[in-house]
Amino acid sequence: MTTTTGVAAVTGAVGSAHTRVEGRDKVTGAARYSGEVPFAELTHGWLVLSTVARGRIRSVGDGPVLAMPGVLTVLHHGNAPRVDTDYMGMLGRPNPIVGLFQHDRVPFAGWPVALVVAETSEQAREAAEALVVQYDEEPHDVAFHSGRSDAYTPGDTPIVKAETEKGDVEAGLDASAVVVDAEYTTPEEHHNPMEPHAATARWDGGRLDVIDSNQGSSWVASELAQLFSFDPASVRVRSEHVGGAFGSKGLSPHQVAAVMATTVLHRPVRVVLTRSQMFSLIGYRSPTAQRIRLGADADGRLRAFDHQAQSLTSTVHEFVESSAVLGRVMYDADAHHTLHRLVRLDVPTPTWMRAPGEAPGSFALESALDELAEKCGIDPIALRVRNEPEAGPVSGLPFSSRNVLACFEEGARRFGWADRDPRPGLRREGRWLLGSGTAAATYPSGVGPSTAAVTAEADGTFTVRINAADVGTGARTAMTLVAADALEVDPDRVRVRIADSDLGPAMIAGGSMGTRSWAWAVTVAANELRERLSLGGGIPPEGITARSNTAEAIGALTQKERHSFGAQFAEVAVDVDTGEVRVRRLLGIYAAGTIVNPLTARSQFIGGMIWGLSMALHEEAIRDQASGSHVGADLAGYHFASHADVPIIEADWVDDPVPGDPVGIKGIGEIGIVGVAAAIANAVWHATGVRHRDLPIRPDRVLCAADEARRRAAGGAGSA
Amino acid sequence: MAPSTSSAITLNINGEKYTLPVDHRTTLLDALRERLDLTGSKKGCDQGQCGACTVLLDGRRAVSCLQLAVAAEGRVITTIEGVADGEQLHPVQQAFLDLDGFQCGYCTPGQICSAIAVIEEHAAGWPSAATDDVRPEAGVPALGAEEIRERMSGNLCRCGAYVSIVQAVAQAAEATGTQDKEAVA
Repeated sequence: MTTTTGVAAVTGAVGSAHTRVEGRDKVTGAARYSGEVPFAELTHGWLVLSTVARGRIRSVGDGPVLAMPGVLTVLHHGNAPRVDTDYMGMLGRPNPIVGLFQHDRVPFAGWPVALVVAETSEQAREAAEALVVQYDEEPHDVAFHSGRSDAYTPGDTPIVKAETEKGDVEAGLDASAVVVDAEYTTPEEHHNPMEPHAATARWDGGRLDVIDSNQGSSWVASELAQLFSFDPASVRVRSEHVGGAFGSKGLSPHQVAAVMATTVLHRPVRVVLTRSQMFSLIGYRSPTAQRIRLGADADGRLRAFDHQAQSLTSTVHEFVESSAVLGRVMYDADAHHTLHRLVRLDVPTPTWMRAPGEAPGSFALESALDELAEKCGIDPIALRVRNEPEAGPVSGLPFSSRNVLACFEEGARRFGWADRDPRPGLRREGRWLLGSGTAAATYPSGVGPSTAAVTAEADGTFTVRINAADVGTGARTAMTLVAADALEVDPDRVRVRIADSDLGPAMIAGGSMGTRSWAWAVTVAANELRERLSLGGGIPPEGITARSNTAEAIGALTQKERHSFGAQFAEVAVDVDTGEVRVRRLLGIYAAGTIVNPLTARSQFIGGMIWGLSMALHEEAIRDQASGSHVGADLAGYHFASHADVPIIEADWVDDPVPGDPVGIKGIGEIGIVGVAAAIANAVWHATGVRHRDLPIRPDRVLCAADEARRRAAGGAGSA
Repeated sequence: MAPSTSSAITLNINGEKYTLPVDHRTTLLDALRERLDLTGSKKGCDQGQCGACTVLLDGRRAVSCLQLAVAAEGRVITTIEGVADGEQLHPVQQAFLDLDGFQCGYCTPGQICSAIAVIEEHAAGWPSAATDDVRPEAGVPALGAEEIRERMSGNLCRCGAYVSIVQAVAQAAEATGTQDKEAVA
């Protein structure tokens, strides 16, 4: 027996930089991701996707394919096991795409129509490519644009309220000395985590064992159990290492296909998506068409605020890209209106993608604020200071903490904002025009119920069990530090186990809620354990375990506006001959509660900012109207920022205590992207004198806009 | 007689010889991952666009997804599993670990293999698209941030770890003694 006395209390792990606990495994290639765990008798599944955008499957020519070498089965709507999609999951009703092979209807190009399983991946791939599927094709409509007459206002969900309204916006605009009324668009964007979605499923001693790559193994296990009507206790999902997720790794067709096939074949089945399949199977960010109307006094104080955002969804499921939520947090006015509209098209269902809503919404809103500053002739930061609300503009609730102005102050100082001449188009360096811009950032600081167990082992170490997911955030390391401080021991004595549904339910790695949610549960269990250990006595061989469940405490949280905030700064150079925009530097300053691990937090903030840069200049999925499918659904056709696109980027934070909050930690996963595209677009205006309201800011757009501006300046017939 | 669709080949990987029958369609990447249990090389796109599968072939970097296994016979293949010296990490690996040059870790083996080759290519005097003066008499340019960014651009990272990757490559280059002492911005 180990005694528990005589150990000096150690704290201070939280807030000091620690390299990742699994870092060595990742730099040596030893870390195994979901498609890399070996199994005897493993078989390989390859999905076959529809080549038409709408219609019915007339026939699946599985006969010749079944005769090909190594092919074990072809699953399709004529023979697949039945599943039930009529259930309520953690995030609502499931996307019907997980009701795999249940009928002959094709609602979009890239809909899964069959799974070929073979002994090797080469055999499965060739057979899948040889499978002839015939369709009765119907006309499709994939044209997204603003002002579609069939746009509708969706119903409210627990996640997004479709519309908020107070005061009379039209009257407020009429009474305003200065009005900005502008439309902004953002394109369809895709998550593209580096690790394609992969799952291996097998039955093991009466239990379903799934090795997966996801953002929450309790979540995926629960969805699979409901979908297949399995006893929840008979489903185990593990997700040890996840090669990026960004909102795309929940339940998708590949896990369902693997479970179906292993149930039929009684052998382990691995299904890995190809890069191109990811463009239609795992969700994406909807394109948006947004209109913003701001009415202000001459000094910039807002009188009327209106943000209307249209996005698309599929014909089989509803998803709202909640771009208009920003104004509900950031800016108040006596007349205030925010509205989401949807269009149903023959396309895959969009989903959450890094800073869903806030990312495209902030491009529009923070660009509009810059336009208002220009019209009022005041500094963009001063405009935001002037419009800083006392309480939630729509809810009226107090903020748990709101340090956005401290972010602007610190950012302005470090960026050298005071030296900036606000006039556009003045700075030239050879053929480059230079400019700088800024934007605000915010993202909700939510929390979800979690369970945790912390064990004092007989050897003097501690084991933390929390079903977190480490999607690259450093969750394993963060929980090690949080537990170490709560236990008052050195982090070296703490071992953290995550990513196994057998550990018990916990919040997913999503919505910037993971660290806050898991840390709360770990802290409660660790505190209780420390108190029990302080009573003295020995530790039995099986250890001493304390458990926690935060559901009740979360239910008792005071109603407040809880958000992270930030300020983004960008400096760009625009090539007047080619239209190329180069970002020269980015600075982001954040107020995001307690920063657990400065090393990994900085990486995450900077990663988000790179997403913002990528969104501003590069990312755009092109849908061919004729075929209804993508052009260039791969990493060459869909460019996201590479090394050569990324300049010096700095991220830092200000103190952001959250009075009375039981955790003090806010989320940091999404806020890095918010506002960056606007800061860059505002900098492009500052460089060139031309506003860019459509993303991405491509060279052709820069050149065309410059031409038009020249024509207009010359009094020519340029369109307004 | 039907044409043969598989062959027995011998691959020289990380100093060891592996003899195995392979389907002629098998890529070097799939041979490593699915036949030899060397899963450190990652499959991000399977079409040569992301660099996650980068290995060293006869000391030069190559995307192993665009290489057939049968064509790799006779080549000296080094994967991420073979770059450390036993327990001693390669300076590039150590720099990635220390400077947090990764987040999810999936592109990391490819980034590291690529970086090792970048440092050697630079030391051997190879210019890049970022090299201002490519005349032989101009000599080797410093391996500054611009050079590293350009040379590493075949390796995508969706988490956006680029800033610390560039720092890690610069630090490792310095540690391996091939780098001028010029600071990387």
